[in-house]
Amino acid sequence: MYPSTATVEGVAAAEAVKGRSLWADARARFFRNKAAVAGLFMLGLVVLFAIFGQYFAAWSNEEIDWSVLGNVAEAGRPSFETGHYFGTDSLGRDLYARTVQGTQISLMVGLIGAMVAVFVGTLYGAVAGYFGGRTDSIMMRTVDILMSIPYMFVLILLLVIFGRSIILLFVGVGLISWLDMSRIVRGQTLTVKNKEFVEAAVATGVRPFTIILRHITPNLLGVVVIYATLLIPLLILQESFISFLGLGVQEPNTSWGALINEGAQEMNNGTIWQLLFPLFFFIITLFSFFFVGDGLRDALDPKDR
Amino acid sequence: MALLDVEGLSVRFQTADGEVRAVNDVSFSLDKGETLAIVGESGSGKSQTAFAMLGLLARNGKATGDVRFEGQHILGLKEAELNRIRANQISMIFQDPMTSLNPYLRVSDQMSEVLMLHKGMGKGEARAEAVRMLDAVRIPDGAARIDMYPHEFSGGMRQRIMIAMSLLCRPKLLIADEPTTALDVTVQAQIMALLSDIQTEFGTAIILITHDLGIVAGACERTLVLYGGRVMEQGETEAIFEAPRHPYTLGLMQAVPRIDVDDEALATIPGEPPDMMNAPPGCPFEPRCALAVENCRDVMPVLEGGAHLRACHRAVEDVR
Amino acid sequence: MTAFIFRRLLTAIPVLLVLIIVSFVLMFAAPGGPFTSERPLPPEVMRSIEAKYGLDQPYWKQVFDYVVGVVTRFDFGPSFIYKDRTVNEIIASGFPVTLTYGSISFVVAVLVGVSLGVVAAIKQNTWIDYFAVGVSIGAQVLPNFVMAPILVLVFTLWLGWLPGGGWNGGAWQNIILPVVALSTSFMASIARITRSSMLEVLNTNFIRTAKAKGLSQRRIIFKHALKPSMLPVISYLGPAFVGMVTGSVVIDLYFSTGGIGQHFVNSALNRDYSTIMGITILLGALTILMNLLADILYAWIDPKIRY
Repeated sequence: MYPSTATVEGVAAAEAVKGRSLWADARARFFRNKAAVAGLFMLGLVVLFAIFGQYFAAWSNEEIDWSVLGNVAEAGRPSFETGHYFGTDSLGRDLYARTVQGTQISLMVGLIGAMVAVFVGTLYGAVAGYFGGRTDSIMMRTVDILMSIPYMFVLILLLVIFGRSIILLFVGVGLISWLDMSRIVRGQTLTVKNKEFVEAAVATGVRPFTIILRHITPNLLGVVVIYATLLIPLLILQESFISFLGLGVQEPNTSWGALINEGAQEMNNGTIWQLLFPLFFFIITLFSFFFVGDGLRDALDPKDR
Repeated sequence: MALLDVEGLSVRFQTADGEVRAVNDVSFSLDKGETLAIVGESGSGKSQTAFAMLGLLARNGKATGDVRFEGQHILGLKEAELNRIRANQISMIFQDPMTSLNPYLRVSDQMSEVLMLHKGMGKGEARAEAVRMLDAVRIPDGAARIDMYPHEFSGGMRQRIMIAMSLLCRPKLLIADEPTTALDVTVQAQIMALLSDIQTEFGTAIILITHDLGIVAGACERTLVLYGGRVMEQGETEAIFEAPRHPYTLGLMQAVPRIDVDDEALATIPGEPPDMMNAPPGCPFEPRCALAVENCRDVMPVLEGGAHLRACHRAVEDVR
Repeated sequence: MTAFIFRRLLTAIPVLLVLIIVSFVLMFAAPGGPFTSERPLPPEVMRSIEAKYGLDQPYWKQVFDYVVGVVTRFDFGPSFIYKDRTVNEIIASGFPVTLTYGSISFVVAVLVGVSLGVVAAIKQNTWIDYFAVGVSIGAQVLPNFVMAPILVLVFTLWLGWLPGGGWNGGAWQNIILPVVALSTSFMASIARITRSSMLEVLNTNFIRTAKAKGLSQRRIIFKHALKPSMLPVISYLGPAFVGMVTGSVVIDLYFSTGGIGQHFVNSALNRDYSTIMGITILLGALTILMNLLADILYAWIDPKIRY
């Protein structure tokens, strides 16, 4: 934003001499960032939990343990003896299996939603940036305008009208999140499009859309990866929000938001584990994503160096 | 007593990758009304020398040595005491006039706050004085334009505003850090002429920091050549220009384009500026020096020679 | 300036119209229409209901009437579920509650966030900086729907200091937890934005000039650095407001404040289209207005923006 005071003029020159490749350099910087590495490790564990967790469950996620019903606060406690590692929910279902299921769905929402947002946002931003001029100003003005709408309400309206399907939820969460992406991509496209290889492609008569797909978008990879990583936790947040309201995923499916909601409602009944286990997974995953995203940004974005 | 005495000034920066030694053991002095040029390429430590004197180093920087202004030790002075000297006794103008003025405040506010702070003037009085000073740096119609924002002025005009602002308290010393680098050639000449006029008018001593030997010749009585944070050569400007006694100065002179000499190619000094992180024990210029001998790599030459100081192992006659 | 405000207002109007029309059209796209229920109504009852709500008119006429009603009379029509209440009555019963704690939360988030950010930037790398950074990172993963149960757990169930819900006519005990739950994550974001932009500004050449002028640190911060470092914060106010409006739904629901969000969720669960639409449009209009105000504030601070 502002040209900053040059702290030490010699440093830049000294670094230039070493001449590492961009990606090797980025990787080295990323792995020096302890928080990011720890985040990556935690994420790995959460993903493993989502994929393989169900094979260690003593109960399925739909089975009701009749022996605990009516006395969940006592009999439904987390315990290895009963096989309910995380306890049971208030309906006597195994919370461990439910948490595995919720983790799968929440991570899926994050990934699919981010893919939708990245796809729409990248294409939109690249087109606006590449064509420039009037097209660009109309397209970006539209984004400005769309940004001032509270989308969550529109999405809920959609869910109410078309029924609460999980597909709509996945896609809808992504569709309300592409705006930032398109702005970032547009900015990046503006700098890429004046590079020689793009001019060469134009000069040899390659069609604009082919140029955008073949030459522009691959060069946006760095930025897109950074913001996709930062987008995933936001989408998980949004889905959890909707599910917390009871308007998102529906039984027998569940997600972190729905589990947190159930746990929060049962808090008075002495079953605090029902809140804490899903909350734990929710929080460490979000933390990890933010740390990894920040680490990637520091590693790939030369501006903050 | 000299106006300014700098002795053994060093500046170190702590960075994530290690300590950077930006300035090493620099000494010089300056009399009232005198003009000194500090010359060197980027990264030679010339700006950091100036920042260190006024306590303007970045957070991770630390200055050691001794700087006396009118006998007072000003290095390591408390912020509040230093603030009484800044702009009041010693003022500074910077390389980039486009970013050195606050873009969010009117020029009038930025100028009058200096007088209100140091001279205890009221708002109206300070403003009137600021307008007078704009007039002195030849900004036409200052009374009307003083209420504009910096972005409404051109680069040359902004540097004039900076100069006017730095002179408001009639400081005894003005440090000009590459005042013309960011400006067009014609504007450069105007600014340099302005600085020299101001010196005659106000009797201000000036330290002119530059990489441009062309503007040193006419403007400064004495010159100090820095390389790798060390003094390479120091003396009367005339003497240095006539017969440089250090290989680096010689290289600098040959790199200045001249229209009176019909030369095919402009001479350059081959090689990279020194790595300030892992400075070699010897002369910092050794890796690029055409005249280097065995000794240069390991032993730092002593700065000596009376009125015309130089730091070089080779004999004066060898440097040509 | 006036012309600038006027121009911005002009662009806000079509956005609002589009929002109204889109939500109305969506409603008709709903499979089966608003009165489809498990138990089919007799045809003559259906017809009389449709006549009552104007659903026997052609679509364009319905849209037109609705828009005219909203724009000229702030009339969102009757509720589709509660036969004796209009949407306006529902909004009137909940909106003041949400507005009260919502605006308190907004002010708290901005004031505390900015102060924390400024202090953290000035005292960079001291314990207060680490505290501020820690809080703002932590609060990133503690959105309102996580904060709310945690607060109730600690302050209601364990400590028993504050009521865990209800509104009680807006007594301060009932306001505290909703305000903290709603404002924390935004306060943290504002603190983070303020800190980094303040650090960036403090590193600029014009701050170095200000130091060279001998100004005190206090004056440098407040006179020279605060204004420019507020620009990113102002850009964030619009999104923050949207986020808070959205978050208020959770707060209303979780704390049973009787606020507008509770009505929103209830109508969503009951498929009360006209109420959902009314609330969406009202809150949409508010956010558009808020974005407008933020834009004007931005233009007022930054002299480089031409009106």
